[in-house]
This record gives sequence, structure tokens and C-alpha cells, in this order.
Amino acid sequence: MIKKLLATTLAATVALPLMVSAAFAIEPSNWEAVTKEAKGQTVYFNAWGGSTNINAYIEWAAEIVKERYGVTVNHVKLKDTADAVNAVVNEKAAGKDDSGKIDLIWINGENFVSMKKQKLLLAPDWATKLPNYKFVDFENQSTITVDFTEPTDGLESPWGGAKMVFFYDSANTKKADLPLSFTQLVKWTGENSGRFTYPAPPDFIGSSFLKQALTETISDPSILLKPVVEANFEENVAPLFAALDKMHPNLWRNGKTYPKNLPAMNQLIADNEVDISFAFNPSAGSANIEKKEWPETIRSFVFTKGTLGNTHFVAIPYNSTAKAGSLIFANFLISPEAQIHKQNPKVWGDPTVLNADKLSKVDQKALASIERGVATLAPSELGPKLPEPHASWMTMLEKQWLKRYGVSN
Amino acid sequence: MIENSNGNALHLNNVQIVLNDKLLLSVNETVQAGEVLTLMGPSGSGKSSLLAYIAGFLDPVFVASGDINLNETNLNELPAELRKIGLLFQDAMLFPHMSVGQNLLFAVGANVRSKAERKTLVEEALEVANLSDYFNADPATLSGGQKSRIALMRVLLSSPQALLLDEPFSKLDTNLKAQIREFVFTEAKRRMLPILMVTHDEEDAKAAGGKVITL
Amino acid sequence: MLLRLAPSFALLVLLGPIFFGLWGTIEPAFGHFPALGSDTYSLEPFHKLFQRPGLGISIALSLWTGLGTTLVAVSVVAMFIAGWSNTKWFASVQQLVSPLLSVPHAAAAFGLAFLISPSGWLLRLVSPELTGITRPPNLLILHDPMALSLMAGLIIKEIPFLLLIVLSALPQSNAKRLSHIVRSLGYGRVMGFLYVVWPNIYKQIRLGVFAVIAYATSVVDVAIILGPTTPAPLAPRLVTWMSDSDLLVRFEASAGALLQLGVTATALIAWWLLEKFGAKIMKQIAVSGRRFQKDKAIRVISLITICLTSGVVILGLVILAIWSFAGYWSFPNALPSGFSLDSWTRSWSGLISPLINTVIVGISSTLIALIISLACLEREARTGNKGGSYMLGILYLPLIVPQIGFVFGLQSFFLVFDIDATFSALILVHLVFVLPYVFLSLSDPWRAWDKRYGQAALSLGHSQNSVFWNIRAPMLLRAILVAAAVGFAVSVGQYLVTILIGAGRITTITTEAVALASGGDRRIIGVYAFLQMLMPFAGFMLASLIPNILFRGKRDMRASA
Repeated sequence: MIKKLLATTLAATVALPLMVSAAFAIEPSNWEAVTKEAKGQTVYFNAWGGSTNINAYIEWAAEIVKERYGVTVNHVKLKDTADAVNAVVNEKAAGKDDSGKIDLIWINGENFVSMKKQKLLLAPDWATKLPNYKFVDFENQSTITVDFTEPTDGLESPWGGAKMVFFYDSANTKKADLPLSFTQLVKWTGENSGRFTYPAPPDFIGSSFLKQALTETISDPSILLKPVVEANFEENVAPLFAALDKMHPNLWRNGKTYPKNLPAMNQLIADNEVDISFAFNPSAGSANIEKKEWPETIRSFVFTKGTLGNTHFVAIPYNSTAKAGSLIFANFLISPEAQIHKQNPKVWGDPTVLNADKLSKVDQKALASIERGVATLAPSELGPKLPEPHASWMTMLEKQWLKRYGVSN
Repeated sequence: MIENSNGNALHLNNVQIVLNDKLLLSVNETVQAGEVLTLMGPSGSGKSSLLAYIAGFLDPVFVASGDINLNETNLNELPAELRKIGLLFQDAMLFPHMSVGQNLLFAVGANVRSKAERKTLVEEALEVANLSDYFNADPATLSGGQKSRIALMRVLLSSPQALLLDEPFSKLDTNLKAQIREFVFTEAKRRMLPILMVTHDEEDAKAAGGKVITL
Repeated sequence: MLLRLAPSFALLVLLGPIFFGLWGTIEPAFGHFPALGSDTYSLEPFHKLFQRPGLGISIALSLWTGLGTTLVAVSVVAMFIAGWSNTKWFASVQQLVSPLLSVPHAAAAFGLAFLISPSGWLLRLVSPELTGITRPPNLLILHDPMALSLMAGLIIKEIPFLLLIVLSALPQSNAKRLSHIVRSLGYGRVMGFLYVVWPNIYKQIRLGVFAVIAYATSVVDVAIILGPTTPAPLAPRLVTWMSDSDLLVRFEASAGALLQLGVTATALIAWWLLEKFGAKIMKQIAVSGRRFQKDKAIRVISLITICLTSGVVILGLVILAIWSFAGYWSFPNALPSGFSLDSWTRSWSGLISPLINTVIVGISSTLIALIISLACLEREARTGNKGGSYMLGILYLPLIVPQIGFVFGLQSFFLVFDIDATFSALILVHLVFVLPYVFLSLSDPWRAWDKRYGQAALSLGHSQNSVFWNIRAPMLLRAILVAAAVGFAVSVGQYLVTILIGAGRITTITTEAVALASGGDRRIIGVYAFLQMLMPFAGFMLASLIPNILFRGKRDMRASA
């Protein structure tokens, strides 16, 4: 009897840590274990580093998880999210299946699809098992569960919402003269030559503008939700390129060059080089005024028939060295505390992915009391949210664009 | 001052220097203690190469043969720093980052340990050179003649057993030349050093008073 | 003896990374990259590469930029040196060379962009008073399709580089005597110099000129800031492909990296032909006996060009500094409506760790480079063995082989050995670029040093080591510190290498600056570019201050001595 007991105990002491460590590494439903495992870990969070506001926000969040969970978060400031994707590929090539240098990536759309398809992401579903997922507004924001028509399957955790919004300087342009659809915008550029532009695709914001234009010009928008059929592609995009052909000679610098990205375009409206700018964040205008980048006369507007909307996420590479720590950080990012702080235009002004109705009374009040700022439209004024086309459309569209306008010299 | 009165002699036994298979010079001489051997000849005749060979600095492009003996010691295989051969150039070559005193201290042999003793030796040398107040002076502020005298004192403080002079007076003014020449020869002969001098100047040869070889 | 191994060690440090890096690039270029599921070799990547729209234009742009930049920079430097050597003007320009050289390319490019763009400072300064302009004109100045602003951005930085190597070649060229002789034969100052002195100088700076060609044909950061975009030159496009979210594009990118090597080689060959042609023409003109005595115009033009290029860099730095303290600043106001420390305080917390990393990597790689260089030179001084002319070629190799060609591949190698993103790997790779500059800038003063000082010290009974520590090193301290400052500046300026080998984990002030450059906010760019320029500058300041303090009261140890 004693002998048997001893043997069992021995076996248990040997086997238990093995079982536990295997479970701890990837089981978010056992949150207590995750918390324990995460303590002392260092998370390398690979996120676009082009905005000091966002960088400061990440730093704020990192300080809190350091203090509360003993998890150190280092922000690796990327120029381009694809750099991080490539790094994971490189690591897979080198056989580093459990000692990756990237623990968490800020991601969505094509990069997500690419990593998901190549099985470079931590699986199975972990995002919906995070404790704070209960606050997430997956019921109303369809883009939380479907990222560019690709099901997220819990392989990425939502961080913020995005909707395309346009900006103008009320000191230079009258509200009545604003174009309220893509077709009107083409007409407007004819009358205001050189006063509009968009970042060259494949820049994220430039590509988004193309998608917006495609959604408005295509005869049957529903086909955009399915993979592109190459045979019909030319025909489907013909109206779009006809409009772009008309618009491009009237763009800023006559379409000979384009701003590199969103911040570069932001600088153009600040310098009074263009009259209309746009962003994927409704409070970008107020935030830029706050940063003294834009004049206080900037206001925002949307297209009447709606603009594109999507969600941005964080995802964990399959070979992350600090999986538990990454789960802790991802969970904190969707906490009411972090999301409310983020929505403040003085901080970042990024729309929340949480459902206000699910929050405590106190948090609801805090969320409602955030001052939007003069250049931000009320949620009710933001207009309909158009879905993102299937990622394959973008790939074809970018190629076509590059051929037509990317090598115009 | 350290006196060197043991009567060394510098022997050059069948020394030959060859450049690109061409024989530049061939010397077979002995310089006795306190004597001066003067070498004269046009540029490129290998005079300076001979000095470099004796001192241990010969450029590898030259091929040299023959034995150099200082007293009973063969120098051929010794590195330059162990040959105890003092060198004086056209220029004084005082180290510009050191004061006059430091230049001289640098020359005093490491066998003299005590700081005070080293300093005394240097001060004595400064006195001989008639530059007593110049211990802390910047060498760059000295006149040409003063530099030459310090250069000689520096060499002598390292207690060499032979002295090589490479056109040592050619850059001095005519009136200064005789004075420095006399100073050098007097001090060197007082220490009974064998001296080998390379020069263009007949006057130097005459003042040296020893054998003259023209290449 | 350790000294004996120094040259071989230097070779290993320089050639090893290039060799392994090229290998790591060639493999995927021919379709072999098991991690992406491709185990066989093929020419597919090249087929795909050549189907890229506008590839021909990109290649042409790279060639044009490389050759154009070099031709202009070399001509200006040649004219200037011919027209102004041994003058007061020349001496003052000489003072400017090192500080200008220390300004990183990216910072200079940002400065230029902030000056000359249609909404830039130059137009703001004169508007609306002189121009009547209240809106920036819709003019294509930056990113112009002819790459003129890109070339301008490169030229303002290559001129000081070429001036530096010309200055070090000048003493060996007998310039003063020869030009006096030829002028006494009645030749004009400029042409006379070009006839008799320049060929000799050019022979010595030739590898440096090649480095300029290689750099200008394959530059990434300056091309991103100033270059054409529709399409861009080859190198920046390669970097985009390397980071395409469609990972299979990597194959094409690797093939493209090989193509880049070919483009650079083509530019070098074209230059070589140009050299032959130029020499022939010069000879023909020379034997014609024409004296070209009226060369005032060309002298004035060359002086103005030099002053203009230096002025642009300096003014660019001023405007960067102003933007970093600017509040809202509307066009066409000459100054911002308010000044604030906001941009600095917002950036400060993010700046600390990159600053520390920059210093660690910069100082370590510089120190190692210094030790290797000193060991090689010391060995040379003791044995008189210079190690052949091939050694100089190898030193220049890392400057002539485009970085992009081997750094991608090198990254894969470090991954295999699990040392990517470590300080040692980063320092090692920085060393590849730091060592040549340190050695080249140290070797001239080292070799020019009067050997008789060493002989005098040896004959006083001091050992070789004692001579090194007591005489040679202190006397050459200024040169050593300048070489160190050059090395540090080179390390600070490294972008591509740092981003790839540092894998984003070790960030430096330069990688952060370019990352934020993608964020376009002029104030933040101002902060980073200003700091990026300040660090090397601080190095040069120290290099000139330390000897002044140590050797106070020693007249012959002053800078000019």
C-alpha cells in the first residue's frame, strides 16, 4: 500500500510539471496558470511605430502590465508590419519553432491572411478565451470576427475599430462644396486641380482609398465579398479605372508622385498643399489638432452612402517565446480601462472594440464623457460602414494600379 | 653624469649593402673610442642605409651583410633598442608632446630607479647644455641650437656605447654650426664614444679630425 | 605574436560577412529556400522579377543617379581643388569637411527636403512678400522623375567625402611644386593643376570614387526621402519587395539583389570607360598647348558650388532644429506660430534606449576597428611590410559591394546560428563598415608620421611597445581620435544593416528616425534627425577637444601641426 502510494506520488511529481508546463504555454482558459507563467516574461510587441501618440499609448499600457503582472512589454517599432511577418518566416526557415523573437504583432487584413494561411500564428482559438473578451462587441461589429472577409477564428484579438473619414480645412473650403461620394470627388478634383491626393498603394491607407472607390463604382458590390474571379476582373474594375484615369491628372503633383503614407498626407493638408485628406480613424482630425500638426479649423465629413470600416488586431506568432505574457498583454488591451483611455483623442482617439452595454455603469459613463473634439463626428453622423472586400481583390487591384500609375514616368 | 670610459670600439667587418642586386657600399673599418669616422658621398650612395643597418632600422628592401661588433658584442641579431647605439639626425626629433625635461627623463635608463636621481641626472644634463631653466619648456619654443643641444643630451643620457650622426649640423645656421659641432664632439669624446658621422660638409669632416671615407 | 595575426583577422572581419551574405542571397535568387517550401533551383525568380512593371526604368534610374552623382561630385571637387588649393578659402573649407561628413545621409536628406519642397523653408522665407504666394505651388520638386533632388541630396554628402580623401592624397602628390612649375609655363591655374597634379591624385582616390558610385546606385534611405516614386530606383523597390506581405516575393527580391549587384557593376564599368575617355581627351588637349589662362569663371563657380552644398547641409540642420521645437506652423509663415518642447517631451522616453544602443554599438565597433587598425599599422611600422596593394582593394570592398546584396543573406545566416538581434552580431556587422573607414582615415597620418621619432626612441633603449605607448600613440592621438569619430559616425549612420540584423530589437537613433520618417510628422523627424546628426558631431568635437586639453602648451601638437 505504502509502496503503491509512494510510486503514485513519485509518478505525479515527475509527470505533473510536464503536464502543467505544456498546458500553461497555450491554454488561455486556465487564466490563473497563464498569469503565473507570464510573470517575469518579456514580450516583444511588434507594432508600427510611426506615430508618437500610439507609441506613448503602448508605453502606458506596458507600464501597467509590468506593474500588475510582472510582464515586460518592449515595443519594437516597425516601419511596416510585413517586416515582422518576414521575420517569422525567416525563423521558421531556421527551425526556430519555439524561440521566436516576435511575441505579439499588431496586424490585420492581408498580413493576417498571409500568416494564417502559412500557419505562422498561435492556434487554436485563444482570442475568444481571454477573460476580457466578454466586453467585446462581436455582435454588432462584424469586422471583429471576419477580417477582410477572412474568418478570424480567434487567431487574433481585436484592438481597435477603424472607419474611413475625410477631413477639410473649414478656413479654405466651404462645407457646401464638399464632395460626398467618390464620383463627386472625381468631379471636385476637376474643379480644384492639384488639391487632392492619396498615398500610393500598397500603402495601407492608399489601398483602402482604392477599395472605397471600387466599392462605389462596381456594378454589383456583393461580388467583392467573394474571391476575385480573374476572368471578370478587367470588366469589373473598368468603371473604377475610368474614373481614376479622369482624376489622376488633377491630383496633387498631377499624379507624378504620391505621399508615402497617411502621416505624409497629413503634412500636406497642414502645409495647405491639399484641401482634403482622409484617415481610417474618425478622431484623427481632433488628435492632429491636439498635436498642433493641424490648424484648429480642420473638420471632418463622410460619404453619404458609407465608407469602409474594419478592425485592427493583435496576433501571436506560433513560435513566440513569451506566449503567456502576450496573452496577458492582449487581454489588457481589450480591458475597459485600456479601451476607454485609447478612445480619448488626446491620447490616441482610436474607436473602441467594446460594447458599451456590456460595461459597468462607471465605465459606460467614462466612455460617454470622453470629449470628442471639434473635428470629430458623433457616432450617429459617421454613416454606414461598408465591408472590406476579400483580400484577393486588393492584390489584383494593387498590381493593376501599379502598372497604370505606379510607373507613369 | 654617467661616464663611459671603458674604451669601446665599433667594428664594421666587411659590411656590404645591396639594393636591387646593386652593391651600394662596402666598408671594413674600426672606429676606436673617442674617434670619429666620417663618411662622405653623394645622395643615394648608401651612407644613411649604413647608419640604419648599424642602428637596426634597415628597410627590408635593402640587403645587408657583414658583422657589426660593438666592443666584444655582435649586434647583428640584436633588436635596435638593445644595441646601445645613440642616434642624432638632421633634425633634433624632440618629442613634441613632452616637455624638454620629459624628453630627457624618457632617455634615462630604467636601471636608474629613484625619481630624485633621474631628475638630478636630467638637471645636470640641462646644465651641461646651458639650458638649466628649461625643464618645463615646450620643445617647440626652443631655438635651433638649443634643440640640437637637448637632442645630444638626450642621446647621452641613454648611456650609448657608440654614436651615429646623420648629417647632424646641416640644418643649422653657419655661425651656430661650429658652436654645436664643437659641443657634440667635445661631449662625445669626453665619454670616449666611437662616432660614425655621415655628412656632405667638408667642414664637418675637418672638425671631426678623424678618418674620412669618400664613397 | 598577436600583431602578426592582425591583418588576417582584419581580412576575416571584412570578407567573412560579405561572403556568407552573398551566399545567403544567391540561394533564394535561384529559387532555393526550403523554409518557403522550395528545395529546387530554378530561374523562376528572375523571370518574375523581369515582369515587374517599370523595372527597366528603375534600373535606368539607379544607373543615372549613380553616375550623375559621381560625375558632378568628382568634377566639383576637382575644379575646387585645382582652383583653390593653398588659399585661405581652401583652408576654411578644409575645416568644414569633417563636420559635414559626420552628418548622416538621412539627416542631410531630410534637411534638404524641408528646405526645397514647395512648402519648404526657402519659399516660406520669401513668401508672400516677394512671391505673392499664399499656397504652396503645385510643383514636382521632391521625388521628381528625373531623380534630380535625389542626386542633389547625394551630392551634398559625397562632396565632403571626396574632399576628405583628396585632402589625404594631396601631400603625396607634390601638388604645390608641380602646379608652380606648370603655371610658370604659362598655364592657367585650374587647367595646369588638372594636367599635372590631378591624374596623380585621382589614382589615389579612385577606390573612394568607386565607393561613391556603388553607394549612389544602391542607396535606400536617401532615395526613400528624396527619390522618384513612380517607379522608384531599384534599391528602395527591393526593400519594399523584401517586406512584401506575400512572402514568395522574397525570391524575386533576392534575384533583385543580385540584379542590383549587376547594376552597380555596370555603373562601375561605365565609369571606367569614362575615365579612359576623359584621360584621352585631357591628353589631346594637353599636347595642343592651349594655356586656358582665363579660368576665373570656373574657379568662382566651383567655390560657389562648394559653399552652396555646405550651406544647404548646414541650413538643413537649422530647419530640422526649428521644426523640432515648432508648434503649429502654417504656410507661408517663415516661422512657426509658437515654439514648444512638446515634440521633445513626447519623444524623449522613446529616445533613451535607442540612444544608449547607438552609443554601445557605435563605441564597441569603433573600438574593435581601432584596435585592429592600430595592430595592422603597428605591425607595418615594425616590419616595414605594407601588405600589398590588394589589401587596399579589400578594405574598400564593403564600400563597393552594395549592402543590399549581402545583408539580406547575412540575416539568414545569423538566424541559423541564433545570434541575430544580439549586440555581438550587430557590432560585428557594423564593424564590416566601420573598419574600412577607421583604417583609411588612420593610415595616412600614421604612415606620414616621421619614422625617425620612433628610431630615436628605440635607440634610447626603449622597446617597441614602449615606443608605441609613449611616443607613437600620443603623437598620433589626434589622428586616432578623428579616426574613432569617423568610425562612430559611420556606425551611427547605418540603417539597413541595423534594421535587419538588429531585427527591430536593437533599435538605434537611425532606425527610429527612419521608422518615424514613415510617420511624416516634421516635428518628430526634426527631433530624430537633429539627434542623429548631433551624435557624430559630438564625436568630432571630442576628437578635437581632448588633444587640445591633453597637450595644452605644446605648440607642435596643435591641430595644424
